[in-house]
Amino acid sequence: MQEDPIKELESYKRIVKSLKLLAWASILLVAGSIWFSFGSPGLDLIIPASKENVIVKKDIQENEDQVVDGIHLATGLIDDTGIELIKQNCLACHSSKLVTQNRMNRQGWKETIVWMQETQKLWDLGESESKILDYLAKNYAPKKAGRRKNLVINEWYEID
Amino acid sequence: MSEKKPLKKLFHERINSEVSRRSFLKKSSLAGLTALVGSKIVFANSLPKNYTPLALLEEAAAFPIKGKHDDLVILNDRPWNIETPAHLLDDKVTPASKMFVRNNGLPPENIDPNSWKLKIGGESVKAAKEFSIKELKAKFKTYSYQLTLECGGNGRAEFNPPAKGNQWTTGAVSCAKWTGVRLRDVLNDVGIKDDAVYIGYYGADTHLSGDPGKNTISRGVPMAKALEDEALIAWAMNDEDIPLQNGFPLRLVFGGWPASTSGKWLNEIVVRNKVHDGAKMNGTAYRVPCETVAPGEKVPDEKMCIIESMPVKSLITYPKSGGILKLGQKLSLRGHAWAGDLNVKSLEVSIDFGASWKTAKIESPVNRLAWQHWNIELDFPERGYYEVWAKATNSNGKSQSMIVPGWNPKGYLNNACHRIAIKVN
Repeated sequence: MQEDPIKELESYKRIVKSLKLLAWASILLVAGSIWFSFGSPGLDLIIPASKENVIVKKDIQENEDQVVDGIHLATGLIDDTGIELIKQNCLACHSSKLVTQNRMNRQGWKETIVWMQETQKLWDLGESESKILDYLAKNYAPKKAGRRKNLVINEWYEID
Repeated sequence: MSEKKPLKKLFHERINSEVSRRSFLKKSSLAGLTALVGSKIVFANSLPKNYTPLALLEEAAAFPIKGKHDDLVILNDRPWNIETPAHLLDDKVTPASKMFVRNNGLPPENIDPNSWKLKIGGESVKAAKEFSIKELKAKFKTYSYQLTLECGGNGRAEFNPPAKGNQWTTGAVSCAKWTGVRLRDVLNDVGIKDDAVYIGYYGADTHLSGDPGKNTISRGVPMAKALEDEALIAWAMNDEDIPLQNGFPLRLVFGGWPASTSGKWLNEIVVRNKVHDGAKMNGTAYRVPCETVAPGEKVPDEKMCIIESMPVKSLITYPKSGGILKLGQKLSLRGHAWAGDLNVKSLEVSIDFGASWKTAKIESPVNRLAWQHWNIELDFPERGYYEVWAKATNSNGKSQSMIVPGWNPKGYLNNACHRIAIKVN
């Protein structure tokens, strides 16, 4: 595939520009929230329970990496070696649900990565690729299944 | 190449730091939002238990799918892919709240229907032309049709070996009332050359990568399909604006073909002198092996053929699977059946795993390409566990299969009988 270095440089410049913008936005937000929480008299009426806010914030920060029954709650991914690489490389563009819905062997996942690189602008995964494939092939491998599965009934109910 | 690589690597690193920066930003802006909105409101109502702060802004991003029924199943949230459980498809005309969503990219934002333009171009038009929605409404006659739209990958979840993609079960289908102008009338006004063979569409959605120069999906249909009466450029669904996720403000609608041909957020139609070659027209996308293959077989791209009309299929929409009856209690069963470009001739129901079949009453379609409603009253002779299977037959005599039909690499066209479970106590 031929690439245009000028275009690539331009898109890089765009990214830097938007990063700068976002950085300013985040600084403003943080500054704004600090001002709101501590610096502004009279706003207690609007925020009656600022202590509670702090607690909620703390809880949620802890929840971000919470794992229950082997599942990383924030993403729904199986918590295993390599999950950070999945978060960084896969979830930048698409939902984790596109991973958790699918079942493929190592070759199938590799082909999917190649397809995303050829058509969906996925970058070169470098040394991470084999670790990502280890994670996917282990945790999201096909299960043996027949031509039609048994019906799964979530809840039986009376018909009137 | 050696000069470009570092840039690419840098880009890669930027993306990685972007992700961690984003999650940092979400943490810090969470504090900001908490302070601004008040913690109780935000967290009690907007943040589901298994969501994280990462999801808070996702919640804001979820606002566009408001209006969809709570019991629809979210298969994917970037891009949105949402299916409708069979029992929620019971309405004769699918309401907006129960219409499935299959997005390939990110829908446009800040849409102004008053300034929206539809361009008609391509090598096989006599001269390119542009229309506002107001002009379309004023210049051409308006038509309404109920049209069955089904995703080509509906039923993918049942294929074995598993097929890649969103794992649709039975719910990527709908039949709503669409209102707009005939594509034929607009194309005739623009003027088509004799060498026209295909139309393609472009929409205003953004590629997942965020690259503005990259098309998300750009598919189309051959001229014969494009010129049929029911082929619409639509601005209304069920007499209201089309829901954002279903293509607001303008959408192509081709009933009976993979719904991916019905381009959403439509802003350009091209008339081509060859088969349209836009995004997801080539490779394995919306194609099946030209000749059938064994499950799991590798199929080279050149042996994959474009899906046209969807196959015959049906759903049991009442009762919901898992119903319990008393011995002697009759069951009134109902649903819909459809057959791509064709009609459904008959619908049969089995309560003994296909050993015997009973014929249901089936209505004619309200118009061509609309699904047909069927119903039947059933007796269950003994206590026990039953499966009710529904099997439609099209006007050419072809029926649905009882097991999952021909395996194909991308898991399209699964039209196996719909099944529900019933217990008699």
